[in-house]
Amino acid sequence: MKKLLIAACALLAAGAVAAQTPLGLPGVPVPADNPQTPQKIALGSLLFHDVRFSATGDVACATCHAAEKVFTDSPLSVSEGINKLTGTRNAPTVVNAAYNKTQFWDGRSPSLEDQALHPFLNPVEMALPDHGPILEIIRGDDNYVAMFRDAFGIRAANITMDEVTKAIAAFERTQVSGNSPFDRWYFGRESDAISEPARRGFAVFLGNGRCVSCHAIEQDHALFTDHLFHNIGVGINDIQDKVPQLAHAFQVAKNQGMDVDVAVLSDADTSHLGRFAVDDQLSSIGGFKTPTLRNIAVTAPYMHDGSMKTLREVVEHYNNGGVTPADGAVNAFLSGGIKPLNLSEQEIDDLVAFMESLTSPQFEQTSGDSVAATSGTGE
Amino acid sequence: MSNKTLNGRRDFLKATTSGVIAGMLPVSLVRLAGATESDPEFTFAYISDSHIQHIKGAEFVRNWDRGLIRAVAEANLLEPKPDFVVFGGDLAQLGTKAELDHGAEILSGLNYKMRVVMGEHDYYLDLGEYWSDLYGEHYYSWDHKGVHFITLNSIITYDDWTFDRWESPERRMNEMAGLDNPNGSPFMVGRKQMKWLKKDLSKVSRDTPVVVFSHSPLQKIYKGWNFWTEEADDVQALLKRFDKVNVIYGHVHQIQYNQIDTIAFTSVMSTAWPWPYPESYAQAESHLPILTVPMNRADPFNERDATGWQFMNMHTGRVDLEFNLYNNNNRTVAFNHEKGHPEDTMFSNPKERTPTQSHF
Repeated sequence: MKKLLIAACALLAAGAVAAQTPLGLPGVPVPADNPQTPQKIALGSLLFHDVRFSATGDVACATCHAAEKVFTDSPLSVSEGINKLTGTRNAPTVVNAAYNKTQFWDGRSPSLEDQALHPFLNPVEMALPDHGPILEIIRGDDNYVAMFRDAFGIRAANITMDEVTKAIAAFERTQVSGNSPFDRWYFGRESDAISEPARRGFAVFLGNGRCVSCHAIEQDHALFTDHLFHNIGVGINDIQDKVPQLAHAFQVAKNQGMDVDVAVLSDADTSHLGRFAVDDQLSSIGGFKTPTLRNIAVTAPYMHDGSMKTLREVVEHYNNGGVTPADGAVNAFLSGGIKPLNLSEQEIDDLVAFMESLTSPQFEQTSGDSVAATSGTGE
Repeated sequence: MSNKTLNGRRDFLKATTSGVIAGMLPVSLVRLAGATESDPEFTFAYISDSHIQHIKGAEFVRNWDRGLIRAVAEANLLEPKPDFVVFGGDLAQLGTKAELDHGAEILSGLNYKMRVVMGEHDYYLDLGEYWSDLYGEHYYSWDHKGVHFITLNSIITYDDWTFDRWESPERRMNEMAGLDNPNGSPFMVGRKQMKWLKKDLSKVSRDTPVVVFSHSPLQKIYKGWNFWTEEADDVQALLKRFDKVNVIYGHVHQIQYNQIDTIAFTSVMSTAWPWPYPESYAQAESHLPILTVPMNRADPFNERDATGWQFMNMHTGRVDLEFNLYNNNNRTVAFNHEKGHPEDTMFSNPKERTPTQSHF
C-alpha cells in the first residue's frame, strides 16, 4: 500500500512536469543528463528572474525575455542590458526555444544550457567579469542553497554553473506553446477555427509565398523552422560594400582569440555577418537562423536586428526578393530561395492574417503592455 | 549539427596547419606550410558552368545569375588571396553575345587574374568567335611557379557534324545542348589541337607538375551526356609520361574524381544546377570512376543545393580541391600521396557517409 502511494505521488509529480504536449507541437526534447523535475524548474524560474546576476544588479534574463511580453522585450528592436547599453540583436522569444537545434540568431550555442552562460558575461548584457559573482550570491542565499539541494542533491560549496544553467534550461523547457487557432484548424480539424483570409493565407504560405520551404511544417506538428541559416537580405544589404573588410577584420580578430559572442553584440556591422562569424563558411555570410513563426504577431519587431516593425513589412521584403525598398540592391550572398514573389496585395494581407492565427491562447491578449502572463513559470 | 560542422572546421584547420591543404576559411589566414623554392605552394579558385541564360531584353534567368554573382563575391573573400581564378566553361547557355556579355560582366567583379576555358554552350553558336573577342585563344598554356598549366578546348567535334549538318547556327547550338540526343556528337580535342598539345608538352620536363584544364572529362564516363572525350586515350597517353599530372574539368555539374596512371582527375561543380549521376539512367552503360564517392541526391526544394565552386591548393605537384557547397557540408578531395590517388578526406570511409534520404 505504501509503495503504491509513493508510486502515485511520483506519477503526480511527473504529470506536473510533463504537461500534455500542446496541439501542433512534438514532445519537448530533454537531454538525458538534465531531466525535468519540479524542483529544478522552480529553481530555474527563480534564477531566470534574479536581477542580482548582473554588474549593476538590475538586469535578469527576464529583463529581455519578459513573460508578459511572450518572453521578449517587445517593442525594442535590439535588447538593452546594463546601463541601457544596447546590443545588436532582437531578443528571440524563449517560448518554444526548447525545440531549437541551436540557440541565438546565429546558432553560436548548441543548447539552452550553453546559451544561458553567455549573457551573464557579455558587456552589453549583464556584464559580469566572470561567473564567480553568481555562485557567490547563490551560495550565500539560504533559499537558493535549499533549492539547489532539493533539485540536485548538492551542498552549497559544490554548486557550479553546470547546475545553474541546467536549472535555467529546465525552466525554459516548460515554456512551450501550441494550440493556436491554426493548430486547431490544421491539426485539430476544427473547420472554423481560423478566418477565411487566414485559410487563404495558408495556401499562399504553401504556394506562391514559398514560406514553407524554410518555415517547415510536418504531418503532425509544426515548428515553422528548418533550423538552418539563410541570407534573406536583412542587415547585410546595408553593409554590402564593407563585407570584404569586415569579413577579413573579423577573421583576423577571431584567429587572435577574440570572443565571438562579444564581437557580434558590440558592433552592428559585424553582427550582420551572421552565421559566418560562427562557422567561418563563405556560404554563411549574412545568414541567420530561421525563427519559428509561432506567436509571431505578438513578438514584434522582426528580424535579427529588429529592423521591421510589422508583419506586412516582412512579407513585402520577401515579395521584393530580399530587398527593402523594392529598388534596393540585392546582396551578392543572398540565399538561393529568396526571389521576387509577385504576390498580390490580397495575398500579402492573407499571409499576415495567416501569421496572426499562430498565436497561442495564453498570449492572445498580449499587445503592448497589457499582457496576461498566463504561461507563468510553468510549475 | 552545427557542432559537427565546427569540429570539421577545426579538423580541417589542423590539417591545414600541418601543411596538407591551405585554404578554406577566409580563415585561411593560415600560413602555407611546406612551400619551398623547389616545391612552391599556391592557391587558385575555380568557378564553372554558370549557364547564364537570356530570356529577353535585359532579362536573364535569375537563379543562374545569382549563382555566379555569389561565387564571385565569395571568391573575392578568400584568404590567402588565390594567385588566379579559372572559369571552367559554359559561361553562357546558348552562346549568344547577350549571354556572354552578361556573364563576362559578372566575372569582371573578380579581383584576380582570370583564365577561361571554352564550354560547348559558349561555342556552338558561332564556333567561339565572340568568346574569342572576350577571352582570346581557345587553347593555350602558361607556366606559373614551376607548374605547367594547359587549357584545352575539349568540346569540338567531327567537322561534318559542325559544318555540314545544320540549317542554322542556332539549331547546331540546340542540338549540342541536348542530353541523350541521337543527333548529338561526342566531344573531341581534334587533330590540330592534339598536335599542338604534343608540341607544347615536348618543351616540358618529365618532373614538372602539369595541370590541365578542360571542359569535358578527358576520360570516358558516359557518352549520352558527353561526360566523355572521344580521344581520351590519346590525350592520356601524352600526359602520363609526366610524373604528376592533374586534370580539372567542368561540364558534369557534380563531384567526380579518378586516377589513371600518373593522372589525377577531379571535376568541379556548377554554379547553376546539379546533374544526377549517370548511373541513374539505367538503360545505358556508364562508368563513374569507382574511386568517386558520389554526392547525395540534391534536394529539389533547395535552389542552391549541389551547386557550388571551389578553391584549390597546389603543392608537391598535386592539386587539392575544397568544394564550397551551399546548405551542405563542404567537401575536400585531396591527393593522398600514400595511396597515389585523390580521395575525399571525409567520406572515403563508408562509415562517415551521410545515409541517402529515404523520407521526403
